[in-house]
Order: sequence, then C-alpha cells, then structure tokens
Amino acid sequence: MQFFDFIGRYFILMSKVFSRPEKRKIYRSRIMFEMEALGLNSIGIAAIISVFMGAVVTLQMSINLESPFIPRYLIGYATRETMILEFSSTVVALILAGKVGSNIASEIGTMRITEQIDALEIMGVNSASYLILPKIVATVLFFPFLTILSILIGTAGGYLIAIFTGVMNPSDYVEGLMYSFKTFSIWYSLIKMAFYALLITSISGFYGYFAKGNSLEVGRSSTKAVVVSSVMILIFDLILTQLLLIA
Amino acid sequence: MIRTEHLFKSFDGRVVLNDISVEFDQGKTNLIIGQSGSGKTVLLKCLVGLHQIDSGSIYYDDTLFSALNFRELKQIRRDIGMIFQGGALLDSSTVEENVRLPLDLFTNQSAKEKRDRVDFCLDRVNLENANKLYPAELSGGMIKRVAIARAIVMNPKYLFCDEPNSGLDPMTSIVIDNLIKEITEEYSITTIINTHDMNSVLEIGEKIMYIHDGKKWWEGTKHDILHADNKELNEFVFASAMAKRAREVVDHGSARS
Repeated sequence: MQFFDFIGRYFILMSKVFSRPEKRKIYRSRIMFEMEALGLNSIGIAAIISVFMGAVVTLQMSINLESPFIPRYLIGYATRETMILEFSSTVVALILAGKVGSNIASEIGTMRITEQIDALEIMGVNSASYLILPKIVATVLFFPFLTILSILIGTAGGYLIAIFTGVMNPSDYVEGLMYSFKTFSIWYSLIKMAFYALLITSISGFYGYFAKGNSLEVGRSSTKAVVVSSVMILIFDLILTQLLLIA
Repeated sequence: MIRTEHLFKSFDGRVVLNDISVEFDQGKTNLIIGQSGSGKTVLLKCLVGLHQIDSGSIYYDDTLFSALNFRELKQIRRDIGMIFQGGALLDSSTVEENVRLPLDLFTNQSAKEKRDRVDFCLDRVNLENANKLYPAELSGGMIKRVAIARAIVMNPKYLFCDEPNSGLDPMTSIVIDNLIKEITEEYSITTIINTHDMNSVLEIGEKIMYIHDGKKWWEGTKHDILHADNKELNEFVFASAMAKRAREVVDHGSARS
C-alpha cells in the first residue's frame, strides 16, 4: 500500500513540476544556475573516478587476459566498451545519485522545514515547478556531457597506465580503442544518462519536497533519496539495456 | 475583510480547530492569541490555504476562499502577503532578490521599475543598503523586516503574520509591531497576526481573538482584555508579572477616578 502511495504522490508532484512555468525567463536563469551547481561542480568527482577506473580496468584486463590466443589490442577494446556501455553512464550516475541526490533532497527538505516552500506557495508560485523543474532540465542536459567526459578521461586513464607501467604496448591499446567502434553505443550511454538524471533529480526532489519535522528528518529524506535513486538506476539500467540493445 | 464560519480541522482524528467562526476587519490589526499548541498557527495556515479545512467556510471579502480551485487560489494569493515565524527568506537569494521575486514572476515591470519598488519597500522597513546581503548575514530583526518588505511588495490586500516577534528583543519587537500597524493603516490591509506576546496585544491589538483548545474562547479589544471575565483568558494574559502590574495600574487608575 505504501508503495502505491509513493507512486501516486510522486506522479502528482511531477504533474505540478511539469506544469506551465510562471515566467520562462526566470526559469532559464535558474536552469543556468543549476547547471553550474549540479553539473559543473560534479566534473571533478566524475573525472577523478573515471581516470582511476579506466586505469584499473586496463590493468585488470592486462593481467587476466595474458594469453597468446588473445590479441593485446582487445584490452583497449574491452576498456573502451566497459567505459562506454556501463561505467560512464551507470556507475557515474550512481556516484552522482550520492552527490547530487543528497544535495537536492537536503536543500529542498531544509526549505520545507524552514517554511521557505510555504512562503513561495503564499506568493502564488508553483513551488514544485520553481524548485524542481530547473534542476531536472539542468541535469538532463548536462549529465550526458559528464558521460562523454568520463569516457574520454577513462580511456585516457587506461592509456596513461599502459605508458607508465609498461603493462602493455600503448599503440596496441590505441588500436583496441578504435577496433569495431559502434556509434550507437555512445547514444545508448547518453540516453541512459539522461534517464538517470531525470530519476536522480525527480526522486531526490520528491523526498526533499515532502520532508517533515526537523533536521533529523531532512537527513533521513536525503538518505532515502540516495538509496531509492540508486535502486531505480539499476532497475532502469536493466530495462533500458533490454529495450535499446536487445529488443 | 476575512470571515470564517464553523471551521473544523483535525489531524489523525485529533481535533485542532473546533467550530471557529470569526470576522477579521479591514484596515485593522486583528490578533489571534493563545497558548502554544492551542491551534493558532493551524488556523492561520487554514486561512491562507496551506492546510485544507475539514469543514466550514473561509471568505475573503465576498469570495468563498475555501472553495477555490488550484488556479483561482494562485490568483488570489497574489493579493496575500505573509510574514513567517522564522522569516522564510530564500537562503540562496540576496535581500533584493528575495523582495523582487514576486515582481519577477508576476509583473511585466522593467528592471528599473522593479529596482525602484524594491528600494521603496526596503526603505519603508528602514533597511537601506542591505540589498546585496544574504539572509545568513542578517540579524533576526532585519530578517523580519525583509520578510515584511517582501510581503508588501505586491501591495497585498491581506497580510498574515505568524508570531512576527518571536526571537526578538522587546525594543525590536515594538519596531516590528508598529511597522505592521502603520502598513495596515496606510494601505488599508486586512492584517491577521498570530502571537502570544502580550506586549503586542496591548500595543496593537485592535481586535483580538483568544483561542483555547482549538475553540474561540473570547473576542474583544486591547482595552477589554485587562477586564475580561474569563478564567482561561485571565490565566493566559496575566501569566507574566508585567501584565499583572499593568492590571494593577489600570485598576488603581479606575478606583481613583
């Protein structure tokens, strides 16, 4: 029953979020602000984990695919495919669910308990749309760029580890990067990330918007937002993979 | 004028407002007083539509406010200003942006017109040169004054104040009280103030409703309240030594005359 209550309240909130904005100009400036707050400020964490993951994947492949029957360039190929198909969208999204999701839930939750949302409502502002819509638009537009950045930095990480450790020949690695490249894989990754951005922002916004009580409750809302967003990312990873790659 | 008829509100089966019928006059400072937990804030939130009422009616002049749909409610709310207990200023916006927000969203004024209006409202609450400050940089009294400026920026017909003096020292409280009273008279606003500050009651209480256990217990003016023959009201009013002393002075004055 609680599940249906959650679903019902979530979609009612989303209908408010996606209703016609009061003034587009104000929303445009808020979208730019959120792009900086939620997107630009996440570049650092996405870059750091990508470079290390790219390097580690290359190292692991080099060690575990040590066989005269397996061409060495396949290590570069496997690193590229790992980064494009799963890491730069799904794993980066899970990291962002922690960083951005908790940020959104705690920000909106604090606004709820300090009556800032009530103040907006009293002014006649559609508070759900004013607070959540710019965040959704900003992340849906910006997070795919993080995916592209993550792919580039991750594969560069693999290249650097090949150079610095000598675990494989860098030219083999580059050959692998260019081997059997499918453009659709990039689209698949970007589409997934756009969905994840929508999930992270709307779910975190939902938990923040309906926070009650005091700072403890805001903390709990923030935790729930991260957990539910992460689970939903994994479920949608499965669904989108089935729909986009297999169906 | 705002009027309620047989207002009921409960939470999880617990009745918080029990048959409240009252009229708040235009151009006057109408006070709702009562102990903590008596239902004052719930009543105020019902009056502005933040809580749905269980039954009864709320009228804003001739409009049945409690029957308005979402779109109509948004429209009438542009005539409402509200000062929240903690100020409820948007933390991520400056003083100027906080006050300007309703103008940005609901008017087609030019940037200069908006700037002039914001400056006028901030001057009106004696807050010059605070435009670029953030709420975290303001004192409690300044936050309340910015909240008042934001509440009056759209020239509201109805002003609601939820414990405007809470957390303020007595001198700042008087400044805030007088400011609200001046604005009420100047713009002929229907002002409803929720308070348990007896200073405010005796200073600006033109029409007072005492609420006890969710029921309307007493109604009168600041002149009536010191002589009211009502046990619960007297316990509330004369709980402080200052109020007791005020009654002694009034009684002494009456006896002498």
